[in-house]
Amino acid sequence: MPPDSPPAAAAPDLLTSPPTLVELFLAFAKMSLAGFGGVLVWARRGIVDQHKWMTADEFNETFALCHFLPGPNIVNLTFVFGSRLRGLPGAVAAFSGLVGPPALIMVVMGMLYHRYGEIDALRRVLSGVACAAIGLMLAVVFRMMTPLLKRRDLVGLLTLLAIFVAIGVFRLPLAAVLLVAIPLSIAITYATRKEAA
Amino acid sequence: MNSDANPVFTLAWTFAVMSLFAIGGANSAIPEMHRVAVDVHHWLTDKQFTDVYAIAQLSPGPNVLIVTLIGYSVAGLAGALVATLAMCVPTAVLALFVSRFLARSSHARWPKIVQAALVPLSIGLMGASGFILARTSDRTVVAVLVTVAAAVLASVTKLNPLWMLVAGGCLGFAGLIG
Repeated sequence: MPPDSPPAAAAPDLLTSPPTLVELFLAFAKMSLAGFGGVLVWARRGIVDQHKWMTADEFNETFALCHFLPGPNIVNLTFVFGSRLRGLPGAVAAFSGLVGPPALIMVVMGMLYHRYGEIDALRRVLSGVACAAIGLMLAVVFRMMTPLLKRRDLVGLLTLLAIFVAIGVFRLPLAAVLLVAIPLSIAITYATRKEAA
Repeated sequence: MNSDANPVFTLAWTFAVMSLFAIGGANSAIPEMHRVAVDVHHWLTDKQFTDVYAIAQLSPGPNVLIVTLIGYSVAGLAGALVATLAMCVPTAVLALFVSRFLARSSHARWPKIVQAALVPLSIGLMGASGFILARTSDRTVVAVLVTVAAAVLASVTKLNPLWMLVAGGCLGFAGLIG
């Protein structure tokens, strides 16, 4: 943490002096470039701990909202957050900071891959990285499944399995599957909650 | 690239629609990205797709930036820009409207039910992502062991994931993954 971060007691008044657009851009660029394998941890650190732009609860609520909406969560969060502080220009500044610099890096990686992607050593390295990356994704899947298993949420687990088979095994188009699955899952959840209440 | 339309338009349309169905985040859309990029449009081979996924994981920034790489492979810089914006902007604007609406309304019960209903779908999608990538990558015993080891280590330790990616890369370089 940099030495210039204010002491914990000083709660800044965001309404009278919100961060400037440049500050927003730089703060989000920094969080994003620090975030290997996911930016969420760094976003929480930057927004809540370092800049004190949100309390931990506000951050959790906003993230929960962005998590149940479609699309890249962290991008949604950044956009919503930027607009709260500085309207649409704030949203654009924070978004550009989050996505711009790492996207440039990605383009450079793309160029390198196109030039050198056929080199045998690089192919082997990327195969190894991919194997580990898949493991990391499976760890997230298990972590998210644990609450369902603990609750013995049979309906939830069957829904999960059905989606896995439809998308992963039968390779059906995502939109078609979800246009059926989302209303169905909401209806079932609503019905079971009503029963429980 | 064997689609008849201009690939940049195809990218824009494809990713804009896809983003609206990416519940749980960008990783939930990996199976659809694979279906579109490998099976439908033949923009990438199976191996190139997993390479692109590996590169995206190795690089800093949000996971969604895998679409930047896919876009770049299809149509260079324009493709990278268009794919990235198409995947990010529609849902970001949607999130903005919903957050403003929720701030003003008292429909507090609905988001909870919708959220609970979406969680299993999102887990199923991510499981499918892992499965589809593993079909291409995990073809040897050592490869499977690396995947399992990374999954276990990430579940039971606080080890920085980057080290596991680096370890996987080293094993690959040594020719052990096959």
